[in-house]
Amino acid sequence: MIELNIVQAVNQGLRRAMESDSKVLLMGEDIGKLGGVFRATEGLQKDFGEDRVIDSPLAESGIVGTAIGLALYGYRPVIEIQFDGFVYPAFDQIVVQLARMRYRSAGALYLPITIRMPFGGGIGSVEHHGESPEAYFASTPGLRVVACADSTDAYWMIQQAVASDDPVIFLEPKRRYYQKGEVDTSADLSTVPPMYKARVMVEGTDCTIISYGPTLTTALQAARIAAEDGVRLEVIDLRSLSPLDMPTLIESVKKTGRAVVVHEASSSGGVGGEIGQSLMQSCFYNLKAPVLRVTGYDTPYPPSRIEDDYLPDADRILDAVEKSMSY
Amino acid sequence: MYQFDSFVQLLDTNGSIIDDPRYESTLDNAALLGFYRDMVLVRQLDQQATALQRQGELGLWAPLLGQEAAQIGSARAMQSQDYAFTTYREHGVAWCRGVDPVEMLRFWRGTMHQSWDANLHRLYGYQVIIGAHALHATGYAMGALLARRASTDESGRDEAVMAYFGDGAMSEGDVNEAFVFATAYHAPVVFFCQNNQWAISEPTKRQSLVPLAQRADGFGLPGIRVDGNDVIAVHAVTTEALNRARSGHGPTLIEAVTYRMGAHTTSDDPTKYRDSADDELWRGRDPINRLRIYLRAQGVLNEDLESELAREAESLAERMRQGCRELPDPDPLSLFDHVYAGPDARIDEQRHEVEAILSEERVN
Repeated sequence: MIELNIVQAVNQGLRRAMESDSKVLLMGEDIGKLGGVFRATEGLQKDFGEDRVIDSPLAESGIVGTAIGLALYGYRPVIEIQFDGFVYPAFDQIVVQLARMRYRSAGALYLPITIRMPFGGGIGSVEHHGESPEAYFASTPGLRVVACADSTDAYWMIQQAVASDDPVIFLEPKRRYYQKGEVDTSADLSTVPPMYKARVMVEGTDCTIISYGPTLTTALQAARIAAEDGVRLEVIDLRSLSPLDMPTLIESVKKTGRAVVVHEASSSGGVGGEIGQSLMQSCFYNLKAPVLRVTGYDTPYPPSRIEDDYLPDADRILDAVEKSMSY
Repeated sequence: MYQFDSFVQLLDTNGSIIDDPRYESTLDNAALLGFYRDMVLVRQLDQQATALQRQGELGLWAPLLGQEAAQIGSARAMQSQDYAFTTYREHGVAWCRGVDPVEMLRFWRGTMHQSWDANLHRLYGYQVIIGAHALHATGYAMGALLARRASTDESGRDEAVMAYFGDGAMSEGDVNEAFVFATAYHAPVVFFCQNNQWAISEPTKRQSLVPLAQRADGFGLPGIRVDGNDVIAVHAVTTEALNRARSGHGPTLIEAVTYRMGAHTTSDDPTKYRDSADDELWRGRDPINRLRIYLRAQGVLNEDLESELAREAESLAERMRQGCRELPDPDPLSLFDHVYAGPDARIDEQRHEVEAILSEERVN
């Protein structure tokens, strides 16, 4: 077991992925000599060389588009989009080109590309540095979308994403980057749970809280507070936003009869709505209350001085639990 | 690695005037003294904002240190009817467009996404997405042409548009598309690229193997390279390009060769990727110092004026310190303002939700 924060765990995971497959290469803005603005790739260019850790020109569409070409040649690119809010210039390359290659080539071509992206708010920064764009990608057929929430998952899931033959949007909870955790790095990649599997973090009987990424910590905090009042929340880390691990969610909701989905992204058209609908379809007769959502509001991400009013907190989660329990 | 030739220079690093028949400077000593004052105050503004960030009063700040001449020289070439689109680093341009420094801080303190009234100052808000506004500037310039507010030869009426961006932005699709649209429609826009040598940690050579101004050739617009640390030369080439634009002769690309003497932002640590010898080299090319030497030699600037300016700078800093701390935090309910032109049921419902949370907090 070693202690790593999330960004260090991503770094170590990338290192291991590069060691185990010589076709893995990294590309992005400032990822080489600087080691990335969050230092997720620190030291990797020094150890693997400029051919495998590539500082790209400042062009997001260019990064994704050329990664597609590199993948067609047989490489396995892991690219970094520096901040969530900077991904949009690459939108066509991701949702039209990257996502559809396997389908339109009838399986002849595939693109094992991982797009790493720090996401979410709460860091007190300026516009475009606190966004949660995951719904765009989760609603795009052909893409896998996953989010890590702690060091262990950061370490293993990044390796699973790199090993995946489907394109993966890999979301990293930037405001939790420096949250530490014990990581057992001795296991074998093939033996750790797949990244498409949700995990039950806390078992409970009264209501299921489903979250991912930075708000998982918030959900766990809510569960601790609720426990003091004798309310036993079951907290699930979704991990994969597309595909959804419905069996795990259904099993939990069949037990509790209640569910609250928590994420930072806006609610309209979001992952929470998809989960709610799927639960209604699968366990309608087990539900004692409608599935509720605690999310960012349906506004653009606000100026940082009021971001705390925008971001879901434990109080809002507990209010939703209370509402659910009162049905 | 840096090319200090084949650019327009009218004031060398020793503060001596260089004669260039292409550019007859129309600036008198009073105007140059004005530029000097601008540059000194803007440097103070920048250093004070950096300090405020260090003290936790600002979330972030993007220093302009070293780019004073590029920004002041170009923005002072603009006329009041012109319009500018900038990145997040053009505090000097904002200064010239009459924006109060305390107002600039709103964005960096996180109280507003746009710091000032764009219409009032004819200056778009800080743009963070690299190069996106080059297209907006081009479209705005196309609008001026369509509205017969350019190319009419009416002095003081014809408008031109400035689009500021950096060396990194030259790689973005949006900027290259802006060149295409601007030339296709003879848009009255001046693309002002401050090549400050570094896109965060990446040197300009990662974006281009040829001088950036040379890129213009392929798009069919004139490209001019200027010493960006020479305020006189920057003013001269920008004035010419703006006049060309206003009079219907289309866009120009200016590459102002300068240097980001500080960090990319207050979150950045340039010692990780660049050599201190470079900093030393560029300190010798300081944009303020050379004008100071020139003005002192001319007898225009003396000890008294310098002390007066230092006092003015200190009072500006003091006003920023106080003004920054007094900037009001937004009302939490303002989260829901201005999402749409009119009412929206979802927004209203969520506003009520937050109202309830806030009143509950007040009770507790």
